[in-house]
Amino acid sequence: MCLGVPGRVVEIRGSMATVDFWGVRRQVNLDIVDEPVQPGDYILNHVGFAIRRIPDESIAETLALYEVLLKEAEEDVMAADVRGEIEAGSRS
Amino acid sequence: MSAVTGRVSLKQGGGGRAMRALIERLFIADFASMPFDGVGLAAMDDGAAIPIGNEFLIVTTDSHVIKPIFFPGGDIGRISICGTVNDLAMMGATRPLGLTCGVILEEGFDLALLERIQQSLVATCREAGVVVITGDTKVMGRGEVDGIVINTTGVGMTKRPMRDNALEPGDRIVVTGTIGDHGLAVMAARHGLELEGDLKSDVAPINSLIEAALHACGDSIHAMKDPTRGGLASALHEMAAKSVVGIVLNEQKVPLTDAVRAAGEILGIDPLHVANEGKAVIGVAANAADALVATLRTHPLGRDAAVIGTCVTERPGSIILDTGFGRRLLAEPDGEPLPRIC
Amino acid sequence: MSDPLKFRDPEMARSLAATLARLVDDIGRPVAVMHVCGSHEQAIAKFGLRSLFPKNLNVIMGPGCPVCVTDVPEVDEGVVLAEQGVHIATYGDMLKVPGTVKSLADAQACGAKIHVVYSPSQAVELARRMPEEEVVFFATGFETTAVATAAVIVDNPPKNFSVLSAHKYIPPVMEIVAEMPGSRVEGFLAAGHAATITGWEVFEPFVLRHNLPVVVAGFEPLDILAGLVELVALIKDGTPRVVNTFPRCVTREGNMAAQVELWRVFRATGGRWRGIAHVPNGNLRLRDEWAHVDARKRFTIDVTGLWNYAPPHLAHECICGDIMAGIKNPYDCTLFNKSCVPETPVGACMVSNEGTCKIWHLYGGVPDLSEIEVPA
Repeated sequence: MCLGVPGRVVEIRGSMATVDFWGVRRQVNLDIVDEPVQPGDYILNHVGFAIRRIPDESIAETLALYEVLLKEAEEDVMAADVRGEIEAGSRS
Repeated sequence: MSAVTGRVSLKQGGGGRAMRALIERLFIADFASMPFDGVGLAAMDDGAAIPIGNEFLIVTTDSHVIKPIFFPGGDIGRISICGTVNDLAMMGATRPLGLTCGVILEEGFDLALLERIQQSLVATCREAGVVVITGDTKVMGRGEVDGIVINTTGVGMTKRPMRDNALEPGDRIVVTGTIGDHGLAVMAARHGLELEGDLKSDVAPINSLIEAALHACGDSIHAMKDPTRGGLASALHEMAAKSVVGIVLNEQKVPLTDAVRAAGEILGIDPLHVANEGKAVIGVAANAADALVATLRTHPLGRDAAVIGTCVTERPGSIILDTGFGRRLLAEPDGEPLPRIC
Repeated sequence: MSDPLKFRDPEMARSLAATLARLVDDIGRPVAVMHVCGSHEQAIAKFGLRSLFPKNLNVIMGPGCPVCVTDVPEVDEGVVLAEQGVHIATYGDMLKVPGTVKSLADAQACGAKIHVVYSPSQAVELARRMPEEEVVFFATGFETTAVATAAVIVDNPPKNFSVLSAHKYIPPVMEIVAEMPGSRVEGFLAAGHAATITGWEVFEPFVLRHNLPVVVAGFEPLDILAGLVELVALIKDGTPRVVNTFPRCVTREGNMAAQVELWRVFRATGGRWRGIAHVPNGNLRLRDEWAHVDARKRFTIDVTGLWNYAPPHLAHECICGDIMAGIKNPYDCTLFNKSCVPETPVGACMVSNEGTCKIWHLYGGVPDLSEIEVPA
């Protein structure tokens, strides 16, 4: 229910920012964004308003999160394999 | 005799299912049953083909009501010429014999603006190698028509009318360039979406492009259509349904400009659902696909030509979209797409 | 930096999907989870993600389409105002939603002045351009969108501008769904952009009360897959918690400035959600201090005239409510794909781009397309 699109702030004039979305620019209102915004920052645009300043480090954070999820599940699988071997061992 | 009730709504002009349903019910049914030797209304193709001797006379007509009149990359004058020239080309008539041009003006329409439109008409005719040979002008009272309406009709000859219904399983689907340019540029302009950037219409006459394609691969080309209102999705649905084949479309291979991709994301509109005014969709035998793309790319209007899909026997009439993650069915658009918030 | 396309890497998607499949296998029985966000469903449908989900995982779309849940009387209010000659500015999504007798699009076909806008600021601009005309912004959407409405209201809009609020608030409806008899939902995927405003802490009481995990997820394909992996992992572990997999946009407390603005302008009241019936605190209405921009106070909106028409008999057979609650699916409906299709929708689920029925109609339900071979 929220078509929010991230874009990069190019220029700020008062409470309006010119935001670049992969080559297309639009004016976005900064009245309700959560933190002060500077040119070069990324914001999340929803219906013409910035609702979030996307912190630089969050991209790396997100990618790291995926790696953790994949690894945790792998460990689970490995644990299951080990359990399986132990059971097989105890039956023989 | 059925009683037709209700009112015409805007979505019936949008080029999708709603428009086809209206046309079929109200206009086609009676005319299709009247005797005609050739490709007529029942075929709902880009034009009609009248057999004359051992050739065919292709006729097509189009009315233009586009708003705004001047949009990024073009104007109503340019699109009036290109729309008809391209429809003729889609049927195989790439050298029009002549165009008509009928104009309906609202009282009070600015004459300087009219002159700009006329100059655009002339320039586009020169580009396409065609001439307007007859026309008509009417003026209606203020408020009785919205600004300006232009109708153009074109005629041309061809030995073999190219249809949109003869795809075969195994055929490749080729587009002559980037998709979604016109629709998104006009949508952005019309809704005052104030998107600056490289978003502009692709409106252009492609008759010389198509002539080159037919010259190089004519025998291997089984179907052609220009994806105007309703976009690539509509055109493919029609071709698939009429040909009784399914089409597997590789979404990653559809050429899009960055600006169109971005505008589509921002507005929540699929570039596959919006109009193109300078492109063609071509169904070609598999072994000629690469040659066709190579030929198209030598032409300035075909630089981004690409193979984007394949015809299959399964799910006739459906478009199966390979998104890069998985497959889903591509819907037929149901009228004019609207920017959405959700 | 932020090339959002980094979250669309097909390789990573396949890895996450494989992980999801393994986790569901480990659980060893069918698992049902629910998301309450139309944009999640749009993304799932658009990217063809359902073909990646394991067969034993049912990802149900709950009542997360604000267009679908905008109730008939609210659409009627908009239609009545439009027919009174007032200019209505509305989001594109709402144009075709059926009211008792007609939608705003139908009213437009009969001459009403309806304008599609992309932002509430555009509605204000419209009012400024036509000072002699009344312009009403038909405000729909959840809290994410409501904050934008609040922002224009506090920013001194012109005298001829007012707001008809049909905004909704999502957290209360999760309660309703969790308590519905017959509900087999074991976990929720929460809407990432709404949570950008409210923060993820708003789900903690819910988790405690219902013992169900909630994972906040974004909208890129990898966001959704990762969110589901985390959710199924929590279900498998039996540890109901709130987990945020969308740190780019969501923090614990959320966007405080936006929250302050939101509750300054709106109050939550009980109201009817189409198909769900009463949702306590589910509707957002303007506080009394803002009566001067409240369309309901400025105009007399008498919808009873519309109710002189007998409601279409088909409405009784519409099961949108059950579909939105995840209890039934479109194929269970006698009207689906027969008398209820996008051209002639009976319920809102068929109107909105996010409606389950519309999506199933357009995308062919959940067809298995994997076996279609493409000749080389």
